[in-house]
Amino acid sequence: MISIFTIGRKNLLRNKLTAFLNITLVAFGIGILSILMLATQQISSKLEENAKDIDVVVGAKGSPLQLILSSIYHIDFPTGNIPVSDARKLAENPMVRLAVPLALGDNYMGNRIVGTDQSFIALYGLDLGWGKFWEKDLETTIGSEVARTTGLKVGDTFFGAHGLSGSDDVHKQHAYRVMGILKPQGNVTDQLILTNIGSVYKMHEGNEHQDEHQDSQQDSKAEINNREITALLIQYRSPMSVVVFPRMVNKSTNMQAASPAMESARLFSLIGIGIDTLKWFAAFIMLISGLSIFISLYNSMKERKYDLAIMRCLGASKFKLFFLVLMESLQLTVAGAIVGILIGHGSLYVIGFFQEAAQAKLNGFYFMTDELYLLLAGIVIGVLAALLPAFQVFKVDIAKTLTSER
Amino acid sequence: MISIKSLSHHYPGGRVINFPDLNIAAMEHWLLLGASGSGKSTLMNILSGLLKPTSGEVLIDGVPLYGLTLREMDKFRGARIGIVFQRPHLIRSLSVIENLDIAASMAGLTTDQEHQLMLLESLNIIDEKDKFPDQLSQGQLQRVSVARALVNKPDLLIADEPTSSLDDVNAVQVITMLREQAQANGAALLVATHDQRIQPFISNAYLL
Repeated sequence: MISIFTIGRKNLLRNKLTAFLNITLVAFGIGILSILMLATQQISSKLEENAKDIDVVVGAKGSPLQLILSSIYHIDFPTGNIPVSDARKLAENPMVRLAVPLALGDNYMGNRIVGTDQSFIALYGLDLGWGKFWEKDLETTIGSEVARTTGLKVGDTFFGAHGLSGSDDVHKQHAYRVMGILKPQGNVTDQLILTNIGSVYKMHEGNEHQDEHQDSQQDSKAEINNREITALLIQYRSPMSVVVFPRMVNKSTNMQAASPAMESARLFSLIGIGIDTLKWFAAFIMLISGLSIFISLYNSMKERKYDLAIMRCLGASKFKLFFLVLMESLQLTVAGAIVGILIGHGSLYVIGFFQEAAQAKLNGFYFMTDELYLLLAGIVIGVLAALLPAFQVFKVDIAKTLTSER
Repeated sequence: MISIKSLSHHYPGGRVINFPDLNIAAMEHWLLLGASGSGKSTLMNILSGLLKPTSGEVLIDGVPLYGLTLREMDKFRGARIGIVFQRPHLIRSLSVIENLDIAASMAGLTTDQEHQLMLLESLNIIDEKDKFPDQLSQGQLQRVSVARALVNKPDLLIADEPTSSLDDVNAVQVITMLREQAQANGAALLVATHDQRIQPFISNAYLL
C-alpha cells in the first residue's frame, strides 16, 4: 500500500537539489533561532543560579554592573576596594542576615583566588568532595573544575599570580596548600580557589612585614580592621530591605550597593538589541525559505497537472491530492526544522567546548520544551507555502488535461 | 451492465452532440468508432465519470452515475472502471510496481500483490517492475498502463485510441493484448478508435 506520504517523498527526491536548498533554508532559520533560544536560556539560568541567594553586593563606587560581574560571576575586574571598618559596620546592620566579605586580586592558572571567611560556605551551601575546608592562612579549598583543569590534589602546593588572569607576576614567597576539593556545585564556585582573607593580604605585603603576620588567625582578624576588602555579599533578613538598604548605602557611605537581579536584567536588555536583530534575521531567512518552497511547488504544479489528473482518474479525491501537495511541503519544513534544532544543539556544544569563560559554559545537550515551538514554526511555514499550490488541485480539469498533448 | 440513455452534450462553443443509446453487457467487447472530433473522447469521459453530460443518463447496473456524490464517483471510477489513455500517463516519480500500487491505494482498495505480479507477468513486463517510467520504451509504457487499468479488477476496461501511434504489427499486438486481458480479468472492453486496422478484431460497433 503506497501512501500519499511516500508519493510526496518520491516527488521530492526527483528534484534533490531543490529539496536540499529548501531544507537548508528552513534549517538555517530554525537553527539561528534555536541557538539564540538555548543560549539566552542557559546563560540567564546560569546567572540566576549564581546569584540566587545574594540580595545585594556592596563595593567601591563605580559601575554597578561591573561590581556584580566581578564579585558574583567573577568575570570583570573589581571596581576598587572598600575599608574593612566600613564593611564591618554594614555587616552589623540589623537588616543584614549574612554578610560575606570578598578579597580578590590573585589567580592561579586563570582560576580566581577568593579570600573570604567561613560564611561563604553557608551562602553557597558548599559540599566537600575530598579533604577539608580552609582554616589557616595559605590553606585553600578548590572548586571541582579547578581540580580538573589544573590537576591539583589535596596536599599539593601552588603559587598564586598577581592579577585576575595571567601568570607574569607570581608571588613566589608564599605557597598555597590545597586542603580540600569541593563537590561539583554547578555554579561559579566550581571555578574558584577559596582561602581566607589573611592569605590574600599576606601576598600583597612586602617581605619586611612577613614575620609579624605569619601566625594565627587571631592576628589576621585583628589586622583586617584597618585594611581593605573588595566587596561584601549580603543576604537580607527580610525582603522589605530591598528598598531601604541600597539607598542607605548609596547615600550615607562612600560605597555603592548593587542588586544582582537588577544588573543582570540590565545586562540582558543591553544584549537584547543584538539578540532581537538576530531574531529578525532568522525570521527573514524563514520567510525566504517559505517563498522558495512556494515557488518550487508552484512551478512543479504545471508539470504535475498530469500526475494529479491521473491520480484523480484512479479514484483519488481532491482532498487527498490537496494533502499530497501539503505533505510534500511539510516533509521539507519539518525535516528542515529538525535539522535546524540539531544545528542549534551542535553549535552550542561546539561553542561550549571552546569556551573560556567557564562561568556561563553552554551545554549542547540541554533541551527545552520551547523547541517544540520551532517545530511548530516549521509546520506553519510548510502549510502556508503549500496552500496556494495545493488549491490548484481543485482547479485541474481531468478530462481536458489527460486528452490534451503533453 | 452499463447503458446510456438519450445522452447529449453541449460544448461551450455551442456545438451539440447527441449520442445514440447503448447497452454493454458484462464481458462484451465493443468498438467506439468515429472520425476525430466526432465526440469519442467526450463519450469516454462521460462514461468514466470525468465529464458531466448536459442531459441524459449513464446507468451502471441501473444506478445513475451522475446521481452519485463527487466522492462516490471518484470511488466508482477508481474501483470499477479501468482507463487506458492514448498516452501512458504514468507517474514519473514512481516505479512500475508503485504505479500499480497507487492505483489501488487511490481507489481506497488494498494491494493485491499476487494479482499485480500476475498482470505484469502476462503482459511480459515483470522484469521491468522496479524501473521508472523514463527507463521504459513506449511499448512497455503502454503495457504498464494496461496493467494499471486492470489492477483493481474493473468491470469495464476503456481504451482511448490505444493504437493510433503504432505500426501495423504493434497495433494488432495491442488490440490482442487488450482483448486477452479483458477476457482474463472478467471485464467488458470498450475501445474508442478511428483505426481501421483493429475493426476485424471486435464485432460490436457503436458508430458516432
